[in-house]
This record gives sequence, C-alpha cells and structure tokens, in this order.
Amino acid sequence: MDTDRERHRARETAFYLFTQQSLPACKPVLTPGWVIAIFLFMGVIFIPVGLVTLRASHCVVEIVDRYDIDCVPEPSRMDKVSYIQDDSIPKNCSRFMKVHKYMKAPIYIYYQLDNYYQNHRRYVKSRSDKQLLDGQKYHDTSYCQPVESNNNRPIVPCGLIAWSLFNDTFEFIREGAELKVNRKNIAWKSDRGHKFGKNVYPFNFQNGTLIGGGKLNPEIPLSDQEDLIVWMRTSALPSFRKLYGRIEEDLDVDDVVVVNLMNNYNTYSFGGKKKLVLSTSSWLGGKNDFLGHACVFVGCSSLTLAIIFVLLHVKYRRPYGDMSYLPWNRKSFSG
Amino acid sequence: MAKGKIRAKIKRSQLYTFACGRKSTQEAVPFVEGAGCSRTVHCNQPHMHRKRPLKYRSNYISTTKYNFLSFLPKSLYEQFHRVANLYFLAAAVLSLTPLSPFSAVSMIAPLAFVVGLSMAKEGLEDWRRFMQDMNVNSRKVKFHKEGGVFEFKQWQQIEVGDVVRVEKDEFFPADLLLLSSSYEDGICYVETMNLDGETNLKVKRAMDVTLSLEEDEDFKNFTGLIKCEDPNPSLYTFVGNLDYDRQTYSLEPAQVLLRDSKLRNTGFVYGVVIFTGFDTKVMQNSTKSPSKRSRIEKKMDYIIYVLFSLLLVISLISSLGFALKTKFHMPNWWYMRPDDTEQFYNPKEPFISGLSHLVTALILYGYLIPISLYVSIEVVKVLQATFINQDLQMYDDDTGIPAQARTSNLNEELGQVDTILSDKTGTLTCNQMDFLKCSIAGTAYGVRASEVERAAAQQMANDLEQDGRQSSVSSKRSKQDIELETVVTSKDGKDNKPPIKFFSFEDDRMTEGNWRKEPNVDMIILFCRILAVCHTAIPELNEETGTYAYEAESPDEGAFLVAAREFGFEFFKRTQTSVFVRERYIGSGQTTEREYKILNLLEFTSKRKRMTVIVRDEEGQIILMCKGADSIIFDRLAKKGKTYLEDTTKHLNIYGEAGLRTLALAYRKLEESEYSAWNNEFQKAKTSIGADRDTNLEKVAEMMEKELTLVGATAVEDKLQKGVPQCIDKLAQAGLKLWVLTGDKMETAINIGFACSLLREGMKQICITTLDSESKEAIKENILTQVNNGSQMIKLEKDPYAAFALIIDGKTLAYALEEDMKFLFLGLAVDCASVICCRVSPKQKALVTRLVKEGTGKVTLGIGDGANDVGMIQEADIGVGISGVEGMQAVMASDFSVSQFRFLERLLVVHGHWCYKRIAQMVCYFFYKNIAFGLTLFYFEAFTGFSGQSVYDDWYMILFNVVLTSLPVISLGVFEQDVSSDVCLEFPTLYQQGPRNLFFDWYRILGWMGNGLYSSLVIFFLNIVIFYDQAYRAEGQTTDMSILGTIMFTCIICALNFQVSLIMTHYTWMQHVLIWFSIVAWFIFLFIYGMLPPKISHSAYQILTEALASAPVYWITTLLVTIACTLPYLAHMSLQRCFNPMDHHVIQEIKYLKKDVSDQVMWRREKTKAREKTKIGFTARVDALIRSLRGKLNKKTHSIESNKSYPPS
Repeated sequence: MDTDRERHRARETAFYLFTQQSLPACKPVLTPGWVIAIFLFMGVIFIPVGLVTLRASHCVVEIVDRYDIDCVPEPSRMDKVSYIQDDSIPKNCSRFMKVHKYMKAPIYIYYQLDNYYQNHRRYVKSRSDKQLLDGQKYHDTSYCQPVESNNNRPIVPCGLIAWSLFNDTFEFIREGAELKVNRKNIAWKSDRGHKFGKNVYPFNFQNGTLIGGGKLNPEIPLSDQEDLIVWMRTSALPSFRKLYGRIEEDLDVDDVVVVNLMNNYNTYSFGGKKKLVLSTSSWLGGKNDFLGHACVFVGCSSLTLAIIFVLLHVKYRRPYGDMSYLPWNRKSFSG
Repeated sequence: MAKGKIRAKIKRSQLYTFACGRKSTQEAVPFVEGAGCSRTVHCNQPHMHRKRPLKYRSNYISTTKYNFLSFLPKSLYEQFHRVANLYFLAAAVLSLTPLSPFSAVSMIAPLAFVVGLSMAKEGLEDWRRFMQDMNVNSRKVKFHKEGGVFEFKQWQQIEVGDVVRVEKDEFFPADLLLLSSSYEDGICYVETMNLDGETNLKVKRAMDVTLSLEEDEDFKNFTGLIKCEDPNPSLYTFVGNLDYDRQTYSLEPAQVLLRDSKLRNTGFVYGVVIFTGFDTKVMQNSTKSPSKRSRIEKKMDYIIYVLFSLLLVISLISSLGFALKTKFHMPNWWYMRPDDTEQFYNPKEPFISGLSHLVTALILYGYLIPISLYVSIEVVKVLQATFINQDLQMYDDDTGIPAQARTSNLNEELGQVDTILSDKTGTLTCNQMDFLKCSIAGTAYGVRASEVERAAAQQMANDLEQDGRQSSVSSKRSKQDIELETVVTSKDGKDNKPPIKFFSFEDDRMTEGNWRKEPNVDMIILFCRILAVCHTAIPELNEETGTYAYEAESPDEGAFLVAAREFGFEFFKRTQTSVFVRERYIGSGQTTEREYKILNLLEFTSKRKRMTVIVRDEEGQIILMCKGADSIIFDRLAKKGKTYLEDTTKHLNIYGEAGLRTLALAYRKLEESEYSAWNNEFQKAKTSIGADRDTNLEKVAEMMEKELTLVGATAVEDKLQKGVPQCIDKLAQAGLKLWVLTGDKMETAINIGFACSLLREGMKQICITTLDSESKEAIKENILTQVNNGSQMIKLEKDPYAAFALIIDGKTLAYALEEDMKFLFLGLAVDCASVICCRVSPKQKALVTRLVKEGTGKVTLGIGDGANDVGMIQEADIGVGISGVEGMQAVMASDFSVSQFRFLERLLVVHGHWCYKRIAQMVCYFFYKNIAFGLTLFYFEAFTGFSGQSVYDDWYMILFNVVLTSLPVISLGVFEQDVSSDVCLEFPTLYQQGPRNLFFDWYRILGWMGNGLYSSLVIFFLNIVIFYDQAYRAEGQTTDMSILGTIMFTCIICALNFQVSLIMTHYTWMQHVLIWFSIVAWFIFLFIYGMLPPKISHSAYQILTEALASAPVYWITTLLVTIACTLPYLAHMSLQRCFNPMDHHVIQEIKYLKKDVSDQVMWRREKTKAREKTKIGFTARVDALIRSLRGKLNKKTHSIESNKSYPPS
C-alpha cells in the first residue's frame, strides 16, 4: 500500500509530469474572437501612440539651411575643390535664417553632412580607443592606419576619424547681438568621463604633409574636446547630423538669425552636401513624422484586418471546433 | 552443478539419427597446412602464446569509434566533414586576417562552442559503448590455472590455449574447441540466437579422444596442439587438426563453440580457446551499422545549398559593389586617404579589392547559414530521445525495460513512416505455445476460445447490440464502445498470466482424470502417451515446487509435455535408452511409473515434417508413435486407421481458422519380427558412411512410417504478444502499411495474419507460389503471370471496400526480387492491403526492405527481435529492435528499441508525430531567423559603400545564435505539442501529416524564407528611416552606428522571439521561461556589457543606461517593429485557421472550447470516424465469422419477429 501511495504521489510531482510531457499547459487557440480582439487591440494601441508621436513631432520646429554651394563665391563655383583647398582664401560666409515659428530654448544646432561615408569599414576601424584614453602611454596604434604617426612620432589622437575632424564653425547673431551658443555637454557623458583621457592632450596632430580636417588645441585635454568626441561617434549612415551646440535663448517668429560661418570643411571633392540645422526638441527628440506615420499605418492595418475578419466571419461563419472541417468528414462531403 | 549432475551422463548419440549422431570420421578430408591455415594453438599452455610469433590478439573487444588518442583528430575530422562546419572553419581561419569584418573571437567562439558540443555528444556516446564493452570484457569465466585447479578470470584476460569451463546458460567467452561436457558422450546444446537468430538449440559434440577429460583434475597434465585455419567470418566451417597423445585427429565445425552463443541444457563444458577477441567468428562477422539520416535532415542540406547560393549571390553583388565604389568613388573620399592604402582599398586595383572583399562578404553573410542549426538540432534530438526513453507508457513493467532511442538522429523520421516491415516470431508472437485444444478419436476437446475467436465474438456482440439499438440514444452506444475496449484489453491482461504456462486448455471432460469416463478411453490414453513419449525433450525438476519443466527443442513440444502432465501422464525421466512416465489415473488410482524403451528415434526435420519414436513398453509391445503435419500423416494412414479421419479433418479446419497450429498424431503397433527386420536395415544405413547416408536413412525411415492409425490432432496457440492486434489496428488506422516477413511456413504465417487481423475472410488472397520441378524460366514465367493476374484483378475490382492480401513464399520471392520483375511485384504489393512473405531468409528480408524503400521512396520501418532481422533493421530507414529477449543482436543494430511490439504505436503515433512537427517547425523557424538577421547585415553593408562593415557589435553577433535565440528554438523543438498524446492516439489519422510531409514541403519552407525576407526589410528600413538623422532624445543627441545597431538588434531579438512564441501552441511554464527569458537576457546582457569598462565594451559602454533606456522612441520603435514583423504571419495563420483549418487545428479548437466534455457523443463519433479508413485491422478480421453467425441469428430473429408480428388477434 505504501508503495502504491508513493507511486501515486510520485505521479503528481512536477518532475513526473515533466518527463511524461504532460505538464499543465496553456493552449491558446486563435478563435475568431481572439483574432479580432488581437487586431483590434493592436489598432487601439498603435493609432493613439502614432497620433501622440505625430503631435510631438509637429511641435518640433526645425530650420534647415544648406550652405555648401552658396558659401562658395560665384567665381569659384566651377572648381569648388581647389577653392576649398586653397588656404589663402578666407572662407567666411554669412547665412540668414528666418524663424518661421516660435522656437523654445534649448535650440539644438546640428551640422548635417550627406554622402559622407563615416561608416566605411576602413574609416570606422581607423582609431585607437586605448590611445584616446591613455594617450602616448599606449603605443600600439596599428589600428590607426594610415594616420598613425608622423615623423616617427605618434599622433594623438590617431586615425582617420580624428584626422578628418569637421571644422566648419558657426556664429549666430540676432538683431545685432550675438546669440550665446553653449557648446558644452554636447557629447555623451560617458564618453567624456571614461573614453577620452582627462590628461591626454593632442600631440603631433595635423602636422603631416596632408592636413585633413580641423585642428585641436593642444592645451585642452581630449575629454574636453567635445567636438572631437561627437565626431568620433561614427554615424550609421552616409547622411547624418551631429550636434554642434545649443542656443539657450528662445527665438521668436520672424526673427532673423545671421549665421557667420567658416566654410572650411571639404565636402566638394565627393559631392557631399553641408547643412546647418536649428531644431527644438520634444520628448520624442527631433522632428520625426515617419515614426508616427508608421505607427498609425500599422494600427490602421490591424484595424482593417480586424474589420476584414469580422466581415469574413459574418459571411463565411465557421462554427469553431466544427467537426465538418475534419478531413474524414470533408471527404464524405465530396465523395 | 547440482542440476548438471542430476541429468548428466546420458548418452544421447543413439537417439539422434540425422543431425549429429554421426561418428566423427577420421577419414574426413585431411587437413592441409598452408596459406590461410597457419594458426597454431598449444592447448593448456597459454604461456606459449605470450611471445611472438604465436602471440595472438587478446580477448579484449572494443566497439568504440575512438580511443583516448584518436578521439580528438578523428572526431574533429567527422565534425568538419559537414559542409557548413567546414565553411565556418574557413571563416574562422580567415577571421585572423585583416579581411574579416568581425573580430577573430566572434568567429571562433561560436564554432568552438558548436563543434565542442557535438564532439562532447560523440564522446559521451562512445563512452557508453566503452562501458558496454567493459561490461562484456569483465564477465568472468572459469579457466584452468594449473594443477587441475580452475579459477575465475575476466573474459578480456582469456588467452589462446586456455582451458575454460563454461557452465549452463553462460555465454562462451571466445571460440572454443569442445573437449568434453557433462554428458558422457560429450554432447552439448548451444543456442546461437546471437549469431544467426535461430532459436532452436544446436547440438555440438566433442571428439571421442578428449571425452576422458571430464573433471577439473584431468587437466593437470593435458596438452595438445591444434593447427587450424586463420580467423575468418564463416560461421559454419572450420578446418583443423588436433595433435593429442601422439596422434592427429581432424576437427570439424561440430566441435567448435562460437563466442556469443550460449550453453543450454548442458551442465558444463570444457573447451580450449582457439580464437580470441576480434579473431572470433562473431566479431569477424560484425558489420558496422550504416549511419542513417532522416529525410528532413537530407532536405535541410538542400536548403543549406539554397542559402549558400544566396550567400554567394549577395557576396558577389557586394564585392562588385565594393569594387565599383573603390574604383570610382574612393579617390574622391579624401578622408579615407586613398593615396595611402593597402591593396584592399586601393582604387587603382579594384579587381583585387573586389576579390578580397568577396572573402570578407562570405564571412560577413555567414549568418545566413545557421551555424548553430546542427548543434541545436542535436540538442533537441537528444532531449527528445530522453523523453522517449522516459515515457512510462512505453515501459514494460514485467521486464523493467523502457523504450530506448539508441540513436537520436531519426526521431522525426518516426513521424513519417509509411510502411512497417515486421518479423513474426518474437515480434508479433511471443514464441510461446499454449496447448489449447485437441481432437481425440473424432471428438473435439477444449472449450477455451483462441484469441481470434474471442475477438470475433466480441465484435459480433458489439455489432448485434448496435443493430438492436439503432433507434435508442446513441450515447448509450458510445458507452458500449468504451466497455468493449476495456473488456478486450483486460482480457488480454488476464491471458498473459495463465495459471499454467504453456497450457490454456479448458475442458472438464479431460482434466482431473475425468477422461476416464469418456467413451473412447483407450484412444485418449494412447493420445496422451504419444504426447508424453514422442519428443526429444529433457525434464528438469524444479526443486521448490516439485514440478517438472521441460527443455525442448521447439516450444510445441514443451506445450505437449505440459499437456500430457496435466492429463496425468508426467514425463519425468529420460535415460540413455528409456523414457519414464508417471501415469496417475491408470489402474487403481495410484500413480504408476512406466518405462518406455526407446528403440529408435527418427527426429523432426523441416523436410520430413514429422517425428517418430519406436518404443517397447513394459508389456513388450513395440509401438511406433508419430506426430507431424496433418497432410504428411494423412498420406501415411492405413486403410483401417482412417476411422476418425473425417472428423479430425473437420476439427483441424476449425482450428486453422481459429489461428492455431496443428499437428496430427498417429501410431502403429509392430510385430517383433517386422521390427527387427527393419531395424537391421536401419542400422546398416546408419553406420554407412558417405554422401547418400542421409537419403538412405530417410528411405529406410519411410519404410516404417506407414500404415499408421490416426489418433487425433493437437492445436496449440502461437501466442500473440500482448496488445498486438490492437496495436496493428491503430497503426492501420494511422494509415501505415504492415508487411510481415517471416521465416515460418506459409500456413503458420497465414494463421498469424488472421490472428493479427492482417487477413480476414472477406479479403481476396493473392497467393504467389511456385513448384520446385520447373525450370527457372518456366518458374519466372509462371510468377509473372501470377503477378499480372493479381494486378489485373485489383484493377478490375469495383467495390471500393474490397481488400487484397498478397502472400508469397521465400522461394518465389527470390525470383520476384530479381531485377526484371521486382517493380512489377512491388506494384502489386503496394496495391494490397497487407503483404505476408513467408519462408524468407534474413537476406531476403533486407532485400524486400530495400525494394520497398527504394521502390516507393517512402519511409520504411523494420522491426524485429532476432539476429535474422538485423539485415532488415539496418536496411530500413528506421530499425526497431525488440529488447528483452535474450539475443541483443537486433537491438544492437537498431535505432530504437522497445520491449514489446505494442509500444510501437505510441512510439510512432505520439512521439513520431510530435518529433516530426517539432523538428519541421524548428528548422523552418531556424532558416527564417537567420535570413531575417543575415539580410539586415547585407542591407546595412550596402549603405556603407559595400565596405563590409557590420552595424552590430561583435558580441551581439556571437550571442545571437548561441544564447539569445537558441533557447526558444530548443523549447519549440522539445516541448511543443500540437495536440496531447491522448488525442494523437484517439485520432490516428493525424499521423498522416507526417508521411504527407505537410510541415516541411518546399511551399512551407519558401514561405518561411519569404517571411524572413519581409522581416529583415521591416526591421532594417523602419529603423533606418526613423533614426538616420534626427535626434532621438529630448536632449538632442543623434544616433551613431553603435546606438542604431543596438536598437536594431533589440528589434530583431524581440521580433524573432515573439515570432517563435506565435508558432507554439502549447505553453507550459518552461516555454514561458525560455522565450521571455531570452528577451530579458538580451537586456540583461546589454546592461552588464555596458557596465564593463570601455576597453572591453567599446562603443557599447553604458549604452542602455545612458543612451537608450530613457528614450521613449527606442521602446516605441521596438514595439512597432516587433508587431510589424509578425503581422503578416498572424494574419496568415488566422486566415488559414478560419477558412482552411488543418486537422489538428479543429481538434485544438474542440479541446479549447471543451466541446469534447460537453458533447461527448460528437467526440466519440469523430473518434470512430477517424478510424474508418483502413482495410485491415482488428475489427475487419472478424467480419466473416460475424457474417455467417449473423445470418443464422437473423433467421432466428426473423422467425421470432414473425411470430411476434402476427399476434393472435
């Protein structure tokens, strides 16, 4: 009797049920009710989310100004490359940006480059994270090919990415007064704190025969060179925006912002565009209508599907669990 | 020992006329030393064999694939034999060069993991084999140490030249030369089941010169020299000489005891070891079992080729793109220093850069080929196999043996079986005979019904009730259905343990001595005496119970002796010349012991089909007693002896119909003079030497076995194994075809066919047989016409319910299997509902299996228990061995083993069905998953100027296949159940989803690939468009490559794991844990990875905490992409379910809505409907009997009704 009882008890243990593949299980079945409910639910979720997102996106005010062509003087436009490579010509340029809608501070300033392959494998690999953190103490800079050393002395920061640092600069003037641009805290805090050395100073940088992009102030440690830090975060796509700074004053409608910029960076050799972007932000980030549209689209598709299923179900009603759909019954219909 | 002494010292050689009684003839072909015959064995001097050149192989055997040294290189070679693994190896090697898009570790780690896991599995399996070998190697046997002392030593230490002593029921440790046995004349009985599958005992006989060595002490000074053949695989030949006592004797196969055969019915034997270990005949015979692969796996190879081509195509596109970009755009990309490049990026040499990029691309897109596919499948299959091993419903309580998946790579094949080829003896039947009925002097005794009769009665009762209650509530009827089933099964359970083994006879007229009151007592006494005397068995006293057990060469004889004992004629002693019978009811009621002097014994051979003894009883009367096949006996009856012929024939027919094995008994009284005249002639024939000795003997025997008087007939039941008819019924309902291939004769096979419901009365039997006499061409012509006629007959048949059975014997089969005829034969066989091949050799079994396998292209399953089934088991797509019987040969060769045939039902219909669907769905999902992931890499690469840059961190990629998506796949492959096991068994037609391959056809595979393509597009482009330039946080930051990569990867993980959860229909807490854990694991990983110092985590440093978690866009996008990826699948599934549901969908719905509980009538009706498709099976067999009886009954009811319907008005 005891063994019987034991066996009985053993049969109820989870382990027994597990080995016999008969654990209690939930076996959901897609009945029409569930199907319609699921699609309805998804529609009900996504359409409001999409609408809220769209609304947030609409709140964002964005001014974009492409300046790469206009900033080249008329006579040089035939040969923009030699213009940009000629150091003797001053590259000042003034642009006027009209605020069409009230912009609440902070207003983020981005530069946008197009057709610039920051994600090319050769480019992405050409950096040394260890050197950025430890400076010259770290000697193995072979990753930084081909901008590794100059005159047998290492370059800090080494590599193509640093070497091609973006070096256009912007000044903003509103009604004669300079708008204060905050260029602090534009890079990730973790980057500043942990990836770029606090005691690492630029060394031997842009000293070679070929000068790439911007120069760095050798007096400022890398951790404070936020332009560089932002630039070193390589973009995912050949068209990208990077944060330049923040204007911490509101801009009113019909304000005209004069931008004095130094058009130094060469995008002309590869036909890349340069744009300056002023944008406010919402909880969503920048202006991003697509996300809202996509949400609404998915939500609407779900709703449509739900309606289609309702109609189909009304028209071709199949009692669920109806045996007439079992093959042996169907066969008897046809036969 | 004690037992041995009791019945030792009986000279048996006189009893035997044909097989072994021959004196070993010294004039036999002299043994010539020479090529192939160089072995020298110094008997009893094993030390002579410790030095070269006489040092032979040790008796240690090993069946392992590897040893400690060879494991690594050999198993590595095996692993990299697979195309996919080789590709990944190449990729791993190339990842050490700068061409690789990934870090080396991210290529090598998964490969090492995958290969390591597979190797560990191989190692484990080999370890098991090693343990098995060790088990055999460490068995103990007594050997002659020195000075006549015998001690135990392990088999592996046995050396050539050792003298060993093997006790009863022990296996021989090596090939031995028999020196002497516990019998005075050196005879011993050997069971060779492990060698050739034959269950009957074989007699071996020592040479006369060594007979004197009958005690341990005799070996003190024994020496001898054996010169014999070299090791070879021929089981039935042996040539050699023994130099003993300054004389040379030639040796014969009859003196050689082969390893792995077993000593039976003999107390002990002494033998000298001739061959050890791998030199033994059985080891020389062992063949490596072929490695089998399932169909799904073979098809998977094609899919992998498809993916390889896809990989190649996109790699070519990518490298072409790269070459063009490098040539035309690179010079303009000053920021990449085109002036200072290595070859790889040199714009001046686009061809080289394109070519080298091809390598990069091939590595990069390797994610299209699921590296973990093989290993995941292997893990899944091992777990599935564990479930099969663990299933208590396939566990045999009596023997304690569970079902076992011996190889795990055929699990899903179990779900696709189309044809089962089954052995009969030991598989369908127990090889145990029960004495059930007899007919004595024209009176039939024995009221117990055979299984066939019982089934018929059961079915009929059911049918009658149905007829009677057609108008009544149908729920009542369904209740009856259940009762019927329980009744039938419970009866089976009872039958398995009859009060007396081998004896199921029930008739008050015969038992307890009541036969004395029967009219023809004399004949009954004679009948019982024949049973008790005419045999070759040996009694063995069970000292505990005081009853005798009988060791007989065939199970029928055992049953006869038990029957005789129960009737009161207990055979209890056999001496050299006499048989002693204790007769209980003769005379004054005291038991009297009677002695029957055996004068001659003409034994049973398959050719003679009869056995005769000539005895002299205590009164001095010489009687010839004969038992044999009815046709043989009837031909030899005297005119006077046919008194009971008519009645007996009638009874024999009834017995045959009831599925029983019958023998007729007859006797003849002889005059002294008549006998001695014949005996002289017989002795002359017996002592003659020469090729025609046997024919002479037979001729002489024939002279005596005539003028017989018929006494009666016996009917024994060849007991079917428990649950066999039900199992066959269910298998038939599942749409499986069953072929029986048996070594038995046609009548027996047909009987069993009837008993198993493979045959029934209404069936048209197409018997294909030939006559011996004709020439080969004529025979073939004849068979051809028969086959064509059969096919014609089937073609012309209009009745859709008509069923045909094909019965063919081995000799005919030999012709039918010839190249020019086999497909015709197969065509006919496939059209028949059941096929029975009788008298087939093991080789023919294999040939038939191959014919079915290759001819129909469908999955075959071979099931058998003996060594004679090994060929079939190895040839079939799946081999199943019946374990629990002593011979393990079939099990060793099999892929699965069950302890009883009936477990096959659950193995196929439940486990096979599950495993097939699990693996099919899992593989489909696997390809989906890797395409969805791999293609995003391609799209992204296109946006990086085809430079081979990946958007994901290397670590993400490592974890993708190994951790983040593998567990849900495994849970899909291990735990998924479309319907519960009960439903599988109740609706056997569900099984057909496997053989029809509904879940792994190209339509489905391509559908999944298309879904993968769709998912990859959705994942990539939604992310790209949302994140490419805009700030994604309120703080104004834009994404970079690592952030976008992480977001995209999150989407992938969520979408893929959500997708797998949609495929599943069965969620236990395990599934929930595994799926949701995989998603959570990704975030946990991301969190931990971000916490690591930036030197390790690089750009992923604090990515979750700082950059992603606080961005609502990240979460919205993840949700959006996940839903968008699975939306089409969900819609498709819903549509399919709504308007074109598959069988299991409907059943799932019924179960879900609990309709089976609320509407039991419907549920039961559907269960019976799901059965109606088949033409063979349990229910069908008894139709004929019912029909005839129902006819009678109808008449009766008609008459009753007519009486009723005209009431006196």
